[in-house]
Amino acid sequence: MLSSFIFDFFFDYTFRTVALGSLVLGFVSGTLGAFAVLRQQSLLGDAVSHAALPGLVLAFLISGSREPAVLLAGAIAAGGLGMLYVTMITRHTFLKQDTALGIVLAVFFGFGMVLLTYVQRLPTAGKAGLDAFLFGQAATMLVQDVVVMASLGAGALGILVMLWKEMKLITFDPHFASTMGFPTRTLDVLLIILTVVAVVVGLQMVGVVLMSAMLVAPGAAARQWTDRFNKMVLVSGLIGAGVGVTGSVISSRVARLPTGPTIVVILSGVVMFSLLFAPGRGIHFRTRIRKKQRWQFAAETLAVHLLNHEGSPEEATENSLTALERHLGWDLIFAQRVARWAVVNNLVSQTDGSLRLTSLGRETAKKVMVR
Amino acid sequence: MTPEQIEIILIAVVVAGNCALVGTFLVLRKMAMVSDAIAHSILFGIVVMFFYTRSLASLPIIAAATLTGVFTVVMVEGLVKTRLVKEDAAIGIVFPALFSIGVILINRYAATVHLDTDVVLLGELAFTPFDRLMIAGHDMGPRALWLAGMVGIANLTFIALFFKELKLVIFDAGLAASLGFSPLVVHYGLMSLVSVTAVSSFEAVGSILVVALMIAPPASAYLLTDRLGLMLILGPAIGGISAVAGYFMAFILDASIAGSMASVTGIFFTAVLFFAPQRGLVSLMRRRRRQRLQFAGEMLLVHLSRHLGQPEEMEESSIEHIGRHLRWEENFGKRVISHLLHQSLVRLNAQKDRLLLTERGKTLAEERLGN
Repeated sequence: MLSSFIFDFFFDYTFRTVALGSLVLGFVSGTLGAFAVLRQQSLLGDAVSHAALPGLVLAFLISGSREPAVLLAGAIAAGGLGMLYVTMITRHTFLKQDTALGIVLAVFFGFGMVLLTYVQRLPTAGKAGLDAFLFGQAATMLVQDVVVMASLGAGALGILVMLWKEMKLITFDPHFASTMGFPTRTLDVLLIILTVVAVVVGLQMVGVVLMSAMLVAPGAAARQWTDRFNKMVLVSGLIGAGVGVTGSVISSRVARLPTGPTIVVILSGVVMFSLLFAPGRGIHFRTRIRKKQRWQFAAETLAVHLLNHEGSPEEATENSLTALERHLGWDLIFAQRVARWAVVNNLVSQTDGSLRLTSLGRETAKKVMVR
Repeated sequence: MTPEQIEIILIAVVVAGNCALVGTFLVLRKMAMVSDAIAHSILFGIVVMFFYTRSLASLPIIAAATLTGVFTVVMVEGLVKTRLVKEDAAIGIVFPALFSIGVILINRYAATVHLDTDVVLLGELAFTPFDRLMIAGHDMGPRALWLAGMVGIANLTFIALFFKELKLVIFDAGLAASLGFSPLVVHYGLMSLVSVTAVSSFEAVGSILVVALMIAPPASAYLLTDRLGLMLILGPAIGGISAVAGYFMAFILDASIAGSMASVTGIFFTAVLFFAPQRGLVSLMRRRRRQRLQFAGEMLLVHLSRHLGQPEEMEESSIEHIGRHLRWEENFGKRVISHLLHQSLVRLNAQKDRLLLTERGKTLAEERLGN
């Protein structure tokens, strides 16, 4: 399997193109997606990808060519226009961003459908390929497609790197950025335009409907693994690239497995895994911490209890498990488990059912009392 | 017009009205993009149930799709509750995942049967009259019309029964809960209606353009009125008008009906956005200009009244000096002065180079100074 994979990568034209293409596209959308996730604009990509349709068709109508560069330019223009409209709506009315996004998404797409049905009736047109737009057509990518997309993506990433500090600032604290005299509105628009480019570039791989996942999922997954911004963006890009390649390889090996959905299902799996198992933030980690805290707290209570009665006449009765039942309201089983936890953690020693503080336990109890 | 055409228009109007009705609540609750998520993820439910029933035209399909819609919302809310991702990202992760699984299932297992992703995504209104509801050999009319009509009745019943609760939950969920209304019941009831409406509409307009019908007309209505009751009438009315207008637009252009309907809702929204009497951009701009002029005028009055009877009055009230002193551009200064002259708050002296306060102007200036 691996050897045939390597063989194909060097000698199979289609396979290499698709693999390279999805690598590039995944990396670009993953990187910019990290910003979208942090800025809580995850659904922007969804709206942009739908809004691109009329631009694609118009570019074809006007130029009559199917050059990827021309079509992409049209798509970027339409996507950008859609986002400007969203900004205008949210800035001047009380309508919220989700409403504005929904309107632009569906209305632009509807208009694109009108144009498309019009184009399809032209004798020159042939099948204009709405399916490809909806679901992507990774399998039919040509080297020149990859070149155009890679250069667009590289351009977008280049601008992003050049303005790294500014972009970071408007992502985390736009108000501070504007008081520092940065042109926040311009930067905002620029970042949105870069996102539009990433989305349009990714369209050919996964199509309109699933493009939003390409943007959101790597960012959401990467966020769980690190709190450092630079690292997160990089991890996000790498997840996008890695899953892009994996998905396209699997879909090319298995019959009737469309590329876009395959990539998105794997991506969703990566997100789920990250949510569950990421160290520090993951759900599994958090439940473990919570459990540990519960035992810790109980053991500390036990230590304080023992310290209170240490050296007093009633000590002999208070340091038994049954006393805990009476005094702290614990049932016997819980008391036993707490005692065991405390013994294991060297806070308490147990002889013949009576508990005694160790020196560590005494220290801990004193610390807790001060607290 | 042929009977088929009339039937198509009827179906379109009922579907659009249904969508706008439930959409109103989505727009008000800032959940517009949830419609997009539900409309896409129901594909999963449709596909799974399709394997059992082998027919698209059945109640089980509607039930499965509705369940999937509600499930989507539950998943999104579950993800948000972990506080690991924000709501927008949660939406952007959940619906593409379900949609992808749906597409993969179709590609792998349903390639030979009649279930096309295009049907779900784009719909085809023009075909709906051919699918008749037959009861005991009698033609009862197009099935889609019956379906949309039933869903419409369900929507209206729910809204009529729970109008008070819906209103309370939308505008003050906390108060609703403290008064003993369960926001959850209303919430999931509403989500079920959105799902049912989306399923019943997808055959006609597809799951992408459903979003246009659900969001754009209510958003237009929202810009026109503050009253929920009125919004619930205006939204569906705008949707219905857009449906009819869209049908004729499609007829003239020989283009996609659903696309044209969505375009018209967009045109409607844009018109309202600019020309709404209170909240339109044009009236907003005019109001701002007027306020600017009024404020500047009052500043000028105060300036004049301050120097009234002082030794420097001659100089301070000269038209030439005023522009420099208040740092106005020449044109703006002229407009302010003519505004004041028009309101007879000031008058010119005999040489026409100085401004003199009238009695009204004096009173107003005093008022603005607060004494």
